[in-house]
Amino acid sequence: MTKVTMTVNGKTVAKEVRGNMLMTEFLRDELHLTGTHVGCDTSQCGACVIHVNGQDVKACTMFAGEAEGAEVATIEGMANADGSLNTIQQAFQDYHGLQCGFCTPGMVMTAAALLRDNPKPSETEIRDYLEGNICRCTGYHNIVKAIMAASGQDVSAIAAE
Amino acid sequence: MYSFDFERPTTLDDAVKALGQDEAQALGGGQTLIPSLKQRLAMPSKLVSLAAIEELKGVTAEGGVLTVGGGTTHGTVAAEASAYPALAALASNIGDPAVRNRGTVGGSLANNDPAACYPAAALASGATIVTNTREIAADDYFQGMFTTALDEGEIITAVKFPIPEKAAYIKFEQPASRFALVGVFVAKYSDGVKVAVTGASEEGVFRWTEAEEKLSADFSAGAVEGLSLPAEGMMSDLHGSGAYRAHLIGVLTKRAVAAAG
Ligand code: FES
Ligand code: FES
Repeated sequence: MTKVTMTVNGKTVAKEVRGNMLMTEFLRDELHLTGTHVGCDTSQCGACVIHVNGQDVKACTMFAGEAEGAEVATIEGMANADGSLNTIQQAFQDYHGLQCGFCTPGMVMTAAALLRDNPKPSETEIRDYLEGNICRCTGYHNIVKAIMAASGQDVSAIAAE
Repeated sequence: MYSFDFERPTTLDDAVKALGQDEAQALGGGQTLIPSLKQRLAMPSKLVSLAAIEELKGVTAEGGVLTVGGGTTHGTVAAEASAYPALAALASNIGDPAVRNRGTVGGSLANNDPAACYPAAALASGATIVTNTREIAADDYFQGMFTTALDEGEIITAVKFPIPEKAAYIKFEQPASRFALVGVFVAKYSDGVKVAVTGASEEGVFRWTEAEEKLSADFSAGAVEGLSLPAEGMMSDLHGSGAYRAHLIGVLTKRAVAAAG
């Protein structure tokens, strides 16, 4: 067993965990934060994307022990303090950027990382950045629109769904 | 996954000590190793994460050499290796953003996947692989797919890339994995041109010396026109036959030369 201490969505947590415990298991099974989804468990789909020390990473391909001392942010920490949806989440709702919602936590976390480094991305930059996030429902156009809109840009030029 | 212990040393000395134990294995960014562990392809008694060792991280350019710490992520190389643009571009095209935020240069070179990008850059640049015990020339380092000159428990602390006059890396992506179906790195130095090919040979990354000779005499895409490699010894799988890969090497070499300008 390994002792891990980290901050998750602003709260300090400390637990004894198995050496081979993945971050997805740590968040979902130990902390009951089930917003971080597991679509593939093989690093392909991006449903499990979280932020570790401000960087977007795939939680299914990282051990809990690797996050020792880190600041971790998950989808549960994204809403505004009053519980309302944040700008990116609201844009996903407004632009129909989700259908079943399975990919959405990873999409929102990935979009948040992109917009922090690149506040006004082009459509191509958005599509490139979503390389590691798979959506089986929307066909992506509305996700791209939502991210464009969340960055305060005009979305009328983006292909219809 | 099999069960194992997990350790996260903060100094190189402690990591070397931890790796001295039986069946201990180093963990870089884990973007290859963790999937392999899930498939039970490896059974370490202990994983020693190198991610907390600050002395293994960073990118510096000095005296015509770009030095990249072994624990530096692809994302950091993409952002900070501006002194060697072809290398920064290579790093920015590995996997996806989340993978680039974890995967490391040292991890990629230690694994020596036959379709990985960094081995081509190291070989074409005549890089030096620096470990906790010695310095290894790239030409001596790569010894066939998934095989390197590293000893048990040896850690890549840095990679020194001499900065070329011109260089470019072109990869033909396998569309699902984004690994190189074939990738060619061309680098021109004052004393000659080096061409390294990844993704193609059953022996892993290799230098295409015939192309190097032609390009050293005349650095233009036309110089390698008509030059080709045999299909024998090239990997064949559902993504492409050996003959197709051999053909791609010629095409990508020309594109790389053109892109290097
Ligand atoms: S569950 Fe992590 S990438 Fe799919
Ligand atoms: S909304 Fe269903 S997978 Fe994206």
